Amino acid sequence: QGLLRRSLSHSFLSFASITGARQAIQKLTRVRVVDNSALGNTPYHRPPKCIHVYNKTGVGKVGDTILLAIKGEKKKALIVGHKMPGPTVTPRFDSNNVVLIEDNGNPTGTRIKTPIPYILRRREGEFSKVLAIARNFV
Amino acid sequence: RISSDGKPAKFQPPPKPVIIDKQKQREERRFLSPEFIPPRGRTDPLKFYIERKDMIQRRKVINIPEFYVGSILAVTTADPYANDKTNRFVGICIQRGGKGLGATFVLRNVIEDQGVEVCYELYSPRIQAIEVLKLEKRLDDNLMYLRDALPEYSTFDMNMKPVSRLDHEEIPVNKLQVRMKPKPWSKRWERPKYNIKGIKFELPEKKMKEAQKWSQPWLEFDMLREYDTSKIEDKIWKEVSEELKK
Repeated sequence: QGLLRRSLSHSFLSFASITGARQAIQKLTRVRVVDNSALGNTPYHRPPKCIHVYNKTGVGKVGDTILLAIKGEKKKALIVGHKMPGPTVTPRFDSNNVVLIEDNGNPTGTRIKTPIPYILRRREGEFSKVLAIARNFV
Repeated sequence: RISSDGKPAKFQPPPKPVIIDKQKQREERRFLSPEFIPPRGRTDPLKFYIERKDMIQRRKVINIPEFYVGSILAVTTADPYANDKTNRFVGICIQRGGKGLGATFVLRNVIEDQGVEVCYELYSPRIQAIEVLKLEKRLDDNLMYLRDALPEYSTFDMNMKPVSRLDHEEIPVNKLQVRMKPKPWSKRWERPKYNIKGIKFELPEKKMKEAQKWSQPWLEFDMLREYDTSKIEDKIWKEVSEELKK
């Protein structure tokens, strides 16, 4: 039979936040390269780390260029997703994702399997080649 | 049968069959979305009344179905940067937060081995449709621990078909106990403050006992923290259902 639900909620959970720590990309963050370039996929004893963010603030969000240190080399990269929650309808990824890029903006790899947020389409002019190799969009 | 008098017994008509009208039973179960219930505080109830009017207005335009944390939803939003200008996302609801017009819910899915979570606002005009593909509840109100669970528990097919269910059935509670990735986790889910029942802890007994050190058993009996919403819910339910029928 249907039951009338009476709720007596204890409000002690309201201040105990259950969300995890929020991180955007800044200097020394370890990132995950998601394209199929050789530099990004060959194993190395140190993870790729960000050493500079090309931004007024040192904090990189989706669509910002950063300088990575991979396998002892410096390489520019484009941020395609981070663990920090952003504006409400944008996706939040479980890892800080990055696509390797040349100085002129051409991507190093040829395919991107992981989903890319639609927000990047706003800057179609600069990232057209990266968006062209992306397969899934979220 | 012959009664004690010797005369034939008075005719007893057979007992009338009891007709259980399922339609009437259905009306007994009612669901009030949690964002209608005002939070405890000293704000003027007029503010909540005006917000409720706006929420009902929005609900007349779009059908916001009944769903709980643990149900699988498909949300289509208007996106200027997508092909077809619409963006469809399927995922399991892990959290429902906010009250009033700012009520949100977070959907989680794992696409191509990458966990993605999107937080949607229920009453945002950008949302074009909310579909419930599978309506069910879980053992907890907050499934944030799915981030530290094995990815198979958060993967759902983007082209999943809606699971049909009858109207008058009780909402099924999925008593699934989720297996976790090895520690470290984003939060220490074994601690009693999160009160999680949906994880199959494979930690040694010593660690479980050590986690109980942080238990605060007096909180359950703290009367100042009680918020009895039963009467408020009844009033708001009557108000909302009348407005929606118009």
